[in-house]
Amino acid sequence: MTAFVALDDVSHVYGGAGGTLAVDGLSIHVNRGEFAAVVGPSGCGKSTLMKLATGLQFPFKGTVQVAGSVVRQPVKIAGMAFQAPTLLPWRTTLENLLLPLEIVEPHRGRIRRHRAEYVARAEALLASVGLAGQGGKFPWQLSGGMQQRTSLCRALIHEPDLLMLDEPFGALDAFTREELWCVIRDLHAARNITIVLVTHDLREAVFLADRIFVMSARPGRIVAEREVDIPRPRDLEVTFTPQFSAIVHELRAHIVKARP
Amino acid sequence: MKTSLAIRLAPWIATVALFVFWEAVCRIFKIPPFFLPPPSLVAKSFVEFWPAIYRNSLFTLSTTLIGFGMAVGFGLALGLAVGWSRAIYAGIYPLMIGFNAIPKVAVVPILVLWFGIGFIPAVLTAFLISFFPIVVNVATGLATIEPELEDVLKALGASKLDIMRKVGIPRALPYFFGSLKIAITLAFVGSVISESVASNTGIGNLMLQAQAQFQVPLIFAGLIALAVEGIAMYALMAMLEARMTGWAQRSGFAQT
Repeated sequence: MTAFVALDDVSHVYGGAGGTLAVDGLSIHVNRGEFAAVVGPSGCGKSTLMKLATGLQFPFKGTVQVAGSVVRQPVKIAGMAFQAPTLLPWRTTLENLLLPLEIVEPHRGRIRRHRAEYVARAEALLASVGLAGQGGKFPWQLSGGMQQRTSLCRALIHEPDLLMLDEPFGALDAFTREELWCVIRDLHAARNITIVLVTHDLREAVFLADRIFVMSARPGRIVAEREVDIPRPRDLEVTFTPQFSAIVHELRAHIVKARP
Repeated sequence: MKTSLAIRLAPWIATVALFVFWEAVCRIFKIPPFFLPPPSLVAKSFVEFWPAIYRNSLFTLSTTLIGFGMAVGFGLALGLAVGWSRAIYAGIYPLMIGFNAIPKVAVVPILVLWFGIGFIPAVLTAFLISFFPIVVNVATGLATIEPELEDVLKALGASKLDIMRKVGIPRALPYFFGSLKIAITLAFVGSVISESVASNTGIGNLMLQAQAQFQVPLIFAGLIALAVEGIAMYALMAMLEARMTGWAQRSGFAQT
């Protein structure tokens, strides 16, 4: 059985042949329903990985497969969230959530006539991340943490099979970040969704992921793969156990070696 | 409450103060009226020549607004085109910058050659001088879409047109409405230039004739008529901007 997301011996160059090599000989396999984390030093091509796996860029060499077929166009089954919430300031929170539905089929053709149904869905999703009743507010009336929750909701509203997260909690304060860890943990538990989280926070990776890939400095490739065998459901208390610390420690050693 | 009243009165106080200062300078230094007429004399000439000022102001206002309207349509279309495609951008931008560098007063004789004097050259000069900021602003609004947001939508299979409609155009609107304030004042400059060079009507022509007859207060009356029209149109554009893109101003807006 092939993995849900499979990158095999992928190299990618920016700026045409002879340009900067962003990733080189990168291989990553993530199973369906798995929560994978990719960690590495800054500038190691983690964002390139995001673009390759969602079909925004195509590899210079090697193959990228998602859901069993080779990626030749944007995959359309992915939701994405980034460090910046990138919400549209002229739309309310609720209308921001509806944006992907105005783009992706089959919702695109239905949303006009079945708006109430979609609004209900968006409101339920907002409630599930603790934003019940906030849909009428504009993004700039929300706190940073609330905006990031909204951004996560926007990535999930069309019920994607794959969720790609690029340091989504990077700009938040420590407490809000841990709160959102729990939000994303619960979303993953509630839906059969495959998540790839790119982060440089090792504790975040160990707390959330089933499988962690450590990337080298640019050009990025995988220098270590580690399964996290801490049983689910995980509580925040888990982060204070010796087992947790040992894994973080181990990863850290890999990163130190991986830095240029 | 007290500060908001002060802020509301401030422009009136400043304007009155300017005129009082002007009047005082003229009287104290005994400046001859044919050199710099005091506001009282300008006001007198305003009343005296009111029918002519009124008629010519309307003419100038109409040529300005028609030229401005054309600039809005053309500028919006060209701005969208330039923002849409890098190739169009690369091709057109140098041309536009070169065109914008040409003093419009140098173009008026050509327009006169083609269309005769009067209405049409004034409209076209207003148009030519005011479309540039609209193009640049609309294109800037489109060019500054966050790349991450573009990725989010592209990964869903959004076409370029989708991204333009859902993100690009709404995003460019504050830039567009902001540019209207600049464009409308430039349009006045354009039509008055053309009127002073090649027209028998309009405030520009009125001032030229007043100058020939050495009616200096009337020249100043013409200037003030222009200033009033300019302020009124600017205020209209600012109001439009606030109404259409309140979300970009974010001053305790919409708590629904």
